[in-house]
Amino acid sequence: MFSYRIPLRQWITTVVEYLERELGPAFDGFSAFVYFLVDNLKEGMLFLPPIVLILLIAALTWYMAGWKNSIVAFLGLLLSENIGLWEAFVETLALVLSAEILVVTVGLPLGIWSARSDRFNSILRPILDFMQTMPAFVYLIPAVMFFGLGLVPGVVATFVFALPPLIRLTNLGIRQVPIELVEAADAFGATEMQKLLKVQIPVARPTILAGVNQSIMLGLSMVVIAAMIGAGGLGEDVLRGIQRLQVGQGFEAGLVVVILAIILDRITAGLGVRKNAAK
Amino acid sequence: MEDKITVKNLSKIFGNNPGKALEELRKGKSKDDILGEMNHKVGVHEVSFSVRKSEIFVLMGLSGSGKSTLLRLINRLHEPSGGEIIIDGTDLTKLNKKQLREFRRKHFCGMVFQNFAILPHLTVQENVEFGLELQSVDKETRAAKALEVIKMVGLEGNENSYPAELSGGMQQRVGLARGLAVDADILLMDEAFSALDPIIRRQMQDELLEIQDRMQKTIIFVTHDLDEAFRLGNRIAIMKDGKIVQVGSAEDIISKPADDYVKAFVEDMDRSAILTAASVMHPPEDTAFIGDGPRTILRKIRKKGLTGILITNTRKELKGYVRAVELADYINQHKDSENIPMDEKLIHETAATDQNTPLSDIINLYTEHEYGPIAVTGDDNKLKGVIVKGAVIAALSESYSHPENGKSLDKNL
Ligand SMILES: Nc1ncnc2c1ncn2[C@@H]1O[C@H](COP(=O)(O)OP(=O)(O)OP(=O)(O)O)[C@@H](O)[C@H]1O
Ligand SMILES: [Mg+2]
Repeated sequence: MFSYRIPLRQWITTVVEYLERELGPAFDGFSAFVYFLVDNLKEGMLFLPPIVLILLIAALTWYMAGWKNSIVAFLGLLLSENIGLWEAFVETLALVLSAEILVVTVGLPLGIWSARSDRFNSILRPILDFMQTMPAFVYLIPAVMFFGLGLVPGVVATFVFALPPLIRLTNLGIRQVPIELVEAADAFGATEMQKLLKVQIPVARPTILAGVNQSIMLGLSMVVIAAMIGAGGLGEDVLRGIQRLQVGQGFEAGLVVVILAIILDRITAGLGVRKNAAK
Repeated sequence: MEDKITVKNLSKIFGNNPGKALEELRKGKSKDDILGEMNHKVGVHEVSFSVRKSEIFVLMGLSGSGKSTLLRLINRLHEPSGGEIIIDGTDLTKLNKKQLREFRRKHFCGMVFQNFAILPHLTVQENVEFGLELQSVDKETRAAKALEVIKMVGLEGNENSYPAELSGGMQQRVGLARGLAVDADILLMDEAFSALDPIIRRQMQDELLEIQDRMQKTIIFVTHDLDEAFRLGNRIAIMKDGKIVQVGSAEDIISKPADDYVKAFVEDMDRSAILTAASVMHPPEDTAFIGDGPRTILRKIRKKGLTGILITNTRKELKGYVRAVELADYINQHKDSENIPMDEKLIHETAATDQNTPLSDIINLYTEHEYGPIAVTGDDNKLKGVIVKGAVIAALSESYSHPENGKSLDKNL
């Protein structure tokens, strides 16, 4: 239509190059930290004999979500091991957990901040809206630009992708704390910190934990996609199945992803409920 | 008595521009205008009063009259739109955030909320310890104090329950215990007993009066229950549309209601329990001295148009009651002598009571003693006043003499 083409690519490349040049050491440091995190988690879990880890996970599921879920988890994990996908399973789990650790470290403070400041909330909200309308694999592009291929960009993309729900639900949860509870704390002379730690966060806990649950589930879906940039894990097997039209192999890997999803969901869904129900 | 809290021209207007709304109100606009034109709600409007040290000051009024708003202004849970709150010489409205927090901790962290406001994630015990925990009181002291007040409000055995497992009344008592656990010299209580059944409510009222006696706290108590107000309050402020229409003791309010609103308010009250001897007695003018002699006494009785008279000695100590009929007979029998002495038999023992006896008990005195008025005496048996039957009946029936007020108010309620 026009002979002139807007040089969007060049602009972006320039910006990215500029950032890489200026923030290079910071990126490198962050990258090293993320790698350290994933790698240790993964090696730690692989260090245990599969049956030990399987029993540990089953026990945790029992504790958090009851014996029925525990049996499902136990059988699913045995199957995963049996069909030779144990290492991929552990790798994926390590990726999800590392990403979630980042999500919680960043998302919780941001959520609290936006609950306490309407102005910050009004800035953050459109950004979160925008983030959540983007297709998942678009997140891969900046991750690759800054961190190349492999585990680290996989975790970073997952982290960014899974961040919004935790921020949103933390914000929501704290804002929904009944005003009279905050007033009670005020009346008794609570400091801002005491109000936050003793009233707002505990009362908002179920909502915040729902946010953790949501971000873990989103993270898992992203980790599978992140196989496209070489993050490894179960996603790689799924991808290989698709690329080589090996239906059976792809299906197997997909099934193990579902098993992992069920286990993670049950355990984290139990987090929010358990405390009040058990007492 | 010393004033603990002095409130001057205190206002609270809900809206974006309370200053402007306040100005408009001063210019003479009505609250409805403010609501209609500016969409500002007037919660409390230019209220002034003082609360004395160690008294229970009750705020009473219909729903929406601004009781809770006023209570919350006093510890600045609501930021005042105008006016001053002076507590122990400190103007609360001038304090910054940090000073305010310190002040609240020292003076009135004791607050009991209308809607309980207890923390759902904490046990009863943890809830009660809440105020102490905020002040970093050590664990043992905290637990000991909590247990003490938990017993006081009758919740022992429920220390480890969660609020969701308790009935409304029990939750309210948790809120009450939390307010009592902290060592505050001012206690703010918003309908603190509203969710309790009558028996426990009565117990809690007694308990509060006892705590008050023992600890000498200054308490501001909000209620819309008149019996409760009169039972607890040393003084009562009656609110209407964000204003205080009358402040006074229960008796003041019953015997001298400031306007028809207050009158209608106290109408349903069991007046005989509130009004005391002091409010219906007459000054002891119509008495005679025992040394006056029968003839002088009889003359005095006749002159006043009475059927008898109370007799005292010169130190005004009550001796008894003399009936005109008997006295006249006695004088007739001795009509020859110049100076007849007073016969002890003529002096009947009379019903006597002290100033603080409620009218309900005075009515019983009438049935026990056949003759005469009731003498009101002090500790020293000195005569303070006289109550005639008519005065009691008049006082008790006053409430029923204004049926038209009662009706018009019913419509508004
Ligand atoms: N946060 C608020 N925002 C706007 N208006 C309010 C607010 N709080 C109270 N009001 C208004 O102020 C007025 C007084 O309310 P308040 O709660 O003080 O009444 P109350 O006397 O305590 O009534 P009740 O006996 O029902 O508790 C009411 O008209 C109410 O609508
Ligand atoms: Mg109220």
